Amino acid sequence: MNAPLPKRKLKVATTSLAGCFGCHMSFLDIDERILDLVELVEFDRSPITDIKHCSPDCDIGIIEGGVCNAENVHVLHEFRKNCKILIAMGACAINGGLPAQRNSLDIRDILAAVYAQPGRGVHIPNDPEIPLLLNEVHPLHEVVRIDYFLPGCPPSGDAIWKFLTDLLAGRTPTLGHGLIHYD
Amino acid sequence: MSDPKTFFLDEEEIPFEEGQTIIQAALSAGKFIPHLCYHPEFKPHGSCKLCTVRIDSRTVTTEDGQSVKIPGRAAASCTTPAQEGQHVESEVPEILDLRRTLVQMLLVEGNHYCPSCEKSGKCMLQGLAYDLGVMDPHFPQYFSKREVDASHPDILLDFNRCILCELCVRASAEVDKKNVFALSGRGNTKHLICNSESGKLGDTNMAATDKAADVCPVGVILHKRHGFEVPYGQRRFDIAPISDNPVQYAPVKEQV
Amino acid sequence: MPGVNSNGVDEDAVIGEVLSRHQSDPTRLMQILREVQERIDWLSPDTLTKVAEGTRLPRGRVEGVAGFYHFFHTEPLGRYRMLWSDNITDRMAGNADLMARMCKKLWLKPGRVSEDGLVSVDTTSCTGLGDQGPALLVNYRPVTRMTPERVDRIVELIRHKTPVAEWPAEFFKVEDNIRRKDALLGADFQPGDALKALKSPQEVLDAVKESGLRGRGGAGFSTGQKWEFCRAAVGTGAHPAHYVVCNADEGEPGTFKDRVLLSSYADMVFEGMTVSGYVIGARKGFVYLRGEYRYLLEPLNAVLEKRRAAKLLGKSILGRTGFDFDIEIHLGAGAYVCGEETALLESLEGKRGVPRKRPPFPVTSGYLGQPTAVNNVETLASAALIAAKGATWYKSIGTPKSAGTKILSISGDCERPGIYEYPYGVKVSQVLADCGAHDTQACQIAGASGLCVAPNEFGRRIAFEDIPTGGSFMVFDNTRDMFQVARNFAHFFVHESCGFCTPCRVGTTLLANAMDKIDGGHGGEYDINDIWRVIRTLKTASHCGLGQTAGNCVADTLQKFRPSYELRLNVRDFEPAFDLDKALSKMREVTGRDDPGAHFHIAHRKSRAGIGTKAGDPA
Ligand SMILES: Cc1cc2nc3c(=O)[nH]c(=O)nc-3n(C[C@H](O)[C@H](O)[C@H](O)COP(=O)(O)O)c2cc1C
Ligand code: SF4
Ligand code: SF4
Ligand code: SF4
Ligand code: FES
Ligand code: FES
Repeated sequence: MNAPLPKRKLKVATTSLAGCFGCHMSFLDIDERILDLVELVEFDRSPITDIKHCSPDCDIGIIEGGVCNAENVHVLHEFRKNCKILIAMGACAINGGLPAQRNSLDIRDILAAVYAQPGRGVHIPNDPEIPLLLNEVHPLHEVVRIDYFLPGCPPSGDAIWKFLTDLLAGRTPTLGHGLIHYD
Repeated sequence: MSDPKTFFLDEEEIPFEEGQTIIQAALSAGKFIPHLCYHPEFKPHGSCKLCTVRIDSRTVTTEDGQSVKIPGRAAASCTTPAQEGQHVESEVPEILDLRRTLVQMLLVEGNHYCPSCEKSGKCMLQGLAYDLGVMDPHFPQYFSKREVDASHPDILLDFNRCILCELCVRASAEVDKKNVFALSGRGNTKHLICNSESGKLGDTNMAATDKAADVCPVGVILHKRHGFEVPYGQRRFDIAPISDNPVQYAPVKEQV
Repeated sequence: MPGVNSNGVDEDAVIGEVLSRHQSDPTRLMQILREVQERIDWLSPDTLTKVAEGTRLPRGRVEGVAGFYHFFHTEPLGRYRMLWSDNITDRMAGNADLMARMCKKLWLKPGRVSEDGLVSVDTTSCTGLGDQGPALLVNYRPVTRMTPERVDRIVELIRHKTPVAEWPAEFFKVEDNIRRKDALLGADFQPGDALKALKSPQEVLDAVKESGLRGRGGAGFSTGQKWEFCRAAVGTGAHPAHYVVCNADEGEPGTFKDRVLLSSYADMVFEGMTVSGYVIGARKGFVYLRGEYRYLLEPLNAVLEKRRAAKLLGKSILGRTGFDFDIEIHLGAGAYVCGEETALLESLEGKRGVPRKRPPFPVTSGYLGQPTAVNNVETLASAALIAAKGATWYKSIGTPKSAGTKILSISGDCERPGIYEYPYGVKVSQVLADCGAHDTQACQIAGASGLCVAPNEFGRRIAFEDIPTGGSFMVFDNTRDMFQVARNFAHFFVHESCGFCTPCRVGTTLLANAMDKIDGGHGGEYDINDIWRVIRTLKTASHCGLGQTAGNCVADTLQKFRPSYELRLNVRDFEPAFDLDKALSKMREVTGRDDPGAHFHIAHRKSRAGIGTKAGDPA
């Protein structure tokens, strides 16, 4: 690994919004290279740690999945507020992906169909604990400023590795043929 | 026979025959210029503008000795005839940036969910996006509501992915002599229509063997019961980037 | 009875009659569709099929043409179709309130048809009545100087189902408002003066070249040179011919001088066309008249008849054997892009008004692929004047590089809007003084695609070498918001883009959306950067002049009236692309929730519905 070591470990936070955890799985696919990675970074809020909220001094936020409900928006704002660099990882984060295919239908019609009970009408849950769905699913960059995009569904372990090593070494990440994929 | 005429593409000398367009000459000479609506078998029409180049920029020296570049005119290389001694810029930052923006415009205009698209891996739009290093669609998505037409027994139309290149229109009119496809609307309501009162493809005389069935550069016109046949990693643009072997896109000799 | 519609019109008979009047000629598709629609209100799928069968065109081609032009409708829009002119000058004159009043009184929403199918109300691009707005079109006939009282009277007429033909004539009065005459408007010109003075075609051509006449339609190409190229080109194919085309599409927002020329100086225009035909060797000329000027069709045809009777048109003009020339008027149907000469030619051939690729140019391959000289109305009138009075006289007017005079259409904030003719070289400040403009903060010269001129530039001149213009001159005083002017124009281009090329089809919409976002208080520096990127793309990559200039108004105002943007920008550098709080509206509706968790308290200000808002989105 040829990246010059940073003076301190960079703090990385990750989360999955309207995604399938596929991108996080792919992250783990970088295999033993994760050991190199933990030399360079320390994980903050992330499904792989148990930290519930971002520390205010995160360096990098990596987000999988688009924005489909109110809670997603709040989490995304928390990331933007606390991370110097925000990365949209995966097709869903970048253009809404599979979840956004619901956008061709009206959410009211979808719910009416899902919660219709034979003979008892439609009962859509309205507990304040349940985050409300947005009218449409949106990519991250329509809600906050995103600094980098890492496409793929999911991006391959190699693509993630190349991307992160570029980034940690202070280079603008580039993927090139074979690593850049929208699927 | 006299020496072939030549022009310069990014400072490289390219021979051409009288009447050839810049893109035809470039591709024949093995130089790739991105394109979507150009097709070697059809008359160029110049709508996607991916093939835009700059022609004959000049550098002048000002009184205080500074060199100033005066940009030449921008033009679609698929509709611009090559001319002797012309200087054409293609792989320069400004033009590459322009092409990225155009790709992004197409990506937000339609609904392009590549993971669930049968064309993924051999789609020209996607292939070009990769080649240009487009990492995101950048602009707000239209999320336009478009239809799927499954009325035809052998062919499926998914209008979500149409980039309005009109290749199917041209193929059906010029090769198949059927005029199965046409355009209606205008501006941001422009859309592809089928030649039937119901508007359905199933009510036209389209056949799976038509040229128009195989000409779509993206994933709109699809053969039913064929999809995802080539495994991930072995598809056309997995193996080689779109810009590889540009001669594959060159006009066949007789057609020039 | 089959084929008879609810209004008692036998549709099949109408279609058959119109088709046979036009010999079922596919190049006359535009005229066929318009005439059919005038009689049976709309173009149903069945009607389109019949027209396709009659003209032997693929049905998709016919549907595509019907779908391209705003004035054709493939859905019923009621017996009364009210289209409010929506140029910025109409806005300034209060059209929005008037339209709202009309909608309220008729119980309908803009763009929708009333429940009884009687009436629809919508907006349309500038109708060329900027000096007498707010204007609207009733079944494509202009009504000027709208007031609340006029709205109320019209609503009554509609309610009583009074046929438009029986509405008070004063509603339809269109004034010339000529305020300043010069060489052209003030000329003593009798029909035939130019034709009687004709020498050999070559000599006339030399005179036109010598006069220095340049196109008045915007591009400013030398008219003599254009005619020379056209004259030198040879016709091809089975029916070789040359054609003269008069571009009377006058779609640039704020222009109306061609309307006045055609209303009161038609003989001069027709004579200019005849001179052009004589020079280039054409026997046929077309006037491409914008759909908004449909009401001029009958009067213009009457002038043509008179000229035929006087041997100024037709066979052997003025008794000269071999000098044959006639003129036909083709109507457009609501498409600004058809002013672009190659789109115009497509439309003239009965197709979608999409600009052609160039080369070849119209002078070698124009109408039906034959050599064609396309000129603006004013250019042709000037050519008649030159043929009658000589090149030397003409050249002595104006500046060395801009010979002759220019007719300006002045509208907006001034006491005397109307038509002003000046020798080229007149200063902007002079024009402003003459029309009674006070506290002027900007002039938009040459229309939405033109130049926005700030007070420090009022010393500049109207001339090809300084500020070229087709004639639109809109004045804005200090009370106006230049951001809204630019936003209005940005929307104009969305409506008028033909959609052929990517940069314009998508870029015009992205630009207008960004302007709406800023308007709604959700814009930041990020959006300004995006705007510049879109403008660059439009300018560099667009296929025709429409897209290439569609960003001009925003670019100019961003530079010269930057605070009008900045004051709207959010302090945050990034704001969501959509209204976050509104994005929960449907769920609030279906769950009945309204607790704090059912709202975002970041975006308070509601964004106005713009493009990108989809039907069914709750406001
Ligand atoms: C979008 C667009 C709209 C135009 N509209 C008009 C028009 O309404 N009238 C006109 O005379 N020229 C218009 N033009 C210019 C014409 O293309 C053409 O240059 C002109 O008719 C030539 O006539 P001239 O040489 O007499 O000016 C337009 C050009 C563009 C690009
Ligand atoms: S058409 Fe191409 S870009 Fe669009 S979804 Fe399919 S693969 Fe992706
Ligand atoms: S369907 Fe395909 S070939 Fe036809 S216009 Fe759309 S993208 Fe082009
Ligand atoms: S620039 Fe606009 S109007 Fe012109 S061809 Fe392109 S889409 Fe059509
Ligand atoms: S969650 Fe990774 S691509 Fe969808
Ligand atoms: S390839 Fe030239 S414009 Fe599309």
